[in-house]
Amino acid sequence: MASNTHDAGHGAADAAHGAADAAAHGSSGMPQLDFSTYGNQIWWLLVTLVVIYLILSRVALPRIAAILNERQGTITNDLAAAEDLKAKAVEAENAYNKALADARAEAQRIAAETRAEIQAEVDEAIAKADAEIAAKTAESETAIAEIRATALDNVKLVASDTASALVEALGGKDDTKLIAAAVAERTEG
Amino acid sequence: MEGDLAYIGAGLAGMGTGIAALGVGNVAANFLAGALRNPSAAASQTATLFIGIAFAEALGIFSFLVALLLMFAV
Amino acid sequence: MGKLFFYVALALVLVSGLVFAPEHAGLAIHPMDQFTVKALFGGDHVAWYTPTNVTLWMFLAIGAIFVLLVMGSANRGIVPSRAQSIAELAYGFIYKMVEDVAGKDAVKFFPYIMTLFMFIVTANFLGLIPMSFTTTSHFAVTGVLAVVVFVAITITGFVLHGVKFLGLFWVSSAPLALRPILALIEVISYFVRPVSLCIRLAGNIMAGHAVLKVFAGFAGALGAASFLPIFAISAFYALEVLVAFIQAYVFTILTCVYLKDALHPSH
Repeated sequence: MASNTHDAGHGAADAAHGAADAAAHGSSGMPQLDFSTYGNQIWWLLVTLVVIYLILSRVALPRIAAILNERQGTITNDLAAAEDLKAKAVEAENAYNKALADARAEAQRIAAETRAEIQAEVDEAIAKADAEIAAKTAESETAIAEIRATALDNVKLVASDTASALVEALGGKDDTKLIAAAVAERTEG
Repeated sequence: MEGDLAYIGAGLAGMGTGIAALGVGNVAANFLAGALRNPSAAASQTATLFIGIAFAEALGIFSFLVALLLMFAV
Repeated sequence: MGKLFFYVALALVLVSGLVFAPEHAGLAIHPMDQFTVKALFGGDHVAWYTPTNVTLWMFLAIGAIFVLLVMGSANRGIVPSRAQSIAELAYGFIYKMVEDVAGKDAVKFFPYIMTLFMFIVTANFLGLIPMSFTTTSHFAVTGVLAVVVFVAITITGFVLHGVKFLGLFWVSSAPLALRPILALIEVISYFVRPVSLCIRLAGNIMAGHAVLKVFAGFAGALGAASFLPIFAISAFYALEVLVAFIQAYVFTILTCVYLKDALHPSH
């Protein structure tokens, strides 16, 4: 029924659509439901799908996968190289810092050494001076002691002489032993 | 007469596409409402959105097909 | 520049509406004629081996895929050219879809799914060229695609899991009394899958093209006012470009979803 009205609507224009169209109208107004063309469509579809599958699986997909992998690899490599360079830079900085610290430590060490040397020299000089001073002091002390001793002896001699002269002058008997003891007692005390 | 009835039927079936449009709109509206509440989860759910729209729309296409069949094939 | 272009196009549309107005303006809309399968080199009979417009546009699809994916990537540039970046984009898009939706072990099915997607998307886009023939608007074509997917996935499921694959229909998380009913529903929905895959794709494409043709028929009937339907056609054409991609995407992603069921049937 509907195909009749449809055909009537087409009129003369229908002829231009060719025989296949006429065949389609024979079964229905919808070309999608014209089962006489199904075999044709299915056959060419299967051919198409197989060809596309072969193109994709043999050529296109492996190639694109390779390109993507390569790009990934390049990016990874570049990142690794950048990381390497960064590590090297850090290393260089560390080396520089270490050298700096070493130099500073060396300088300090040298300074300390020099200071210690000077200190030692000064100490030695002081010690030497001290020793000399001590020697001189000791010498002076012995000299003084000697002088004092001789002075004492002289005093004793003079005293005993004076004492015996006095005793004699006073008419006493020159008792040398007694006088010496008395002089010794006085000078000692 | 019978053909006219078929055209009426085709018109009625055509209403189905409009009702399917309501369904599609419902899916999209709810997705949008959810996406605005939690935008960070929206991107991961677009595939689900399209699947939902496809299912809703398929039924509208069925009624469109019925309309076509009534017009051209019956 | 864009504005100038717009006004020139507008003027052309208006003038052509006046000059080329049909002699006997009338509503002559045959939205289904564009889907007719015709033998390329004449002849009434369309046998299974006859080269038809189906053949032509399918081979053009092969050519487009070849140009895009093979010649586009021929340079193997680390920095991609335009064609190569599209090829890489398509590759990455489908690869990620398979991996995300169907799981890591589905990657071995990637070439098949890529074949499906590339065929559907190129056929859809080629069908949008004016005067062309849209192979994916035919139930014979989408039906074969859907049945291939359905059979391949069912076989994969049984080969990998044996009888356990039937556990897909036995919802073990449901109450025992409900399980037979649910199993029935699951079985029905399983067998509706290829039907809905087939009709969704062909129906969407057919509907869009039929609507374009209907508007074109209005343009023929309106004479000088034909620019109105032409604007509508332009707007609808943009929508159809979107639909052409989305339907290919939906077909592919549903294939991935079904493939996941076959690989991991535990419900």
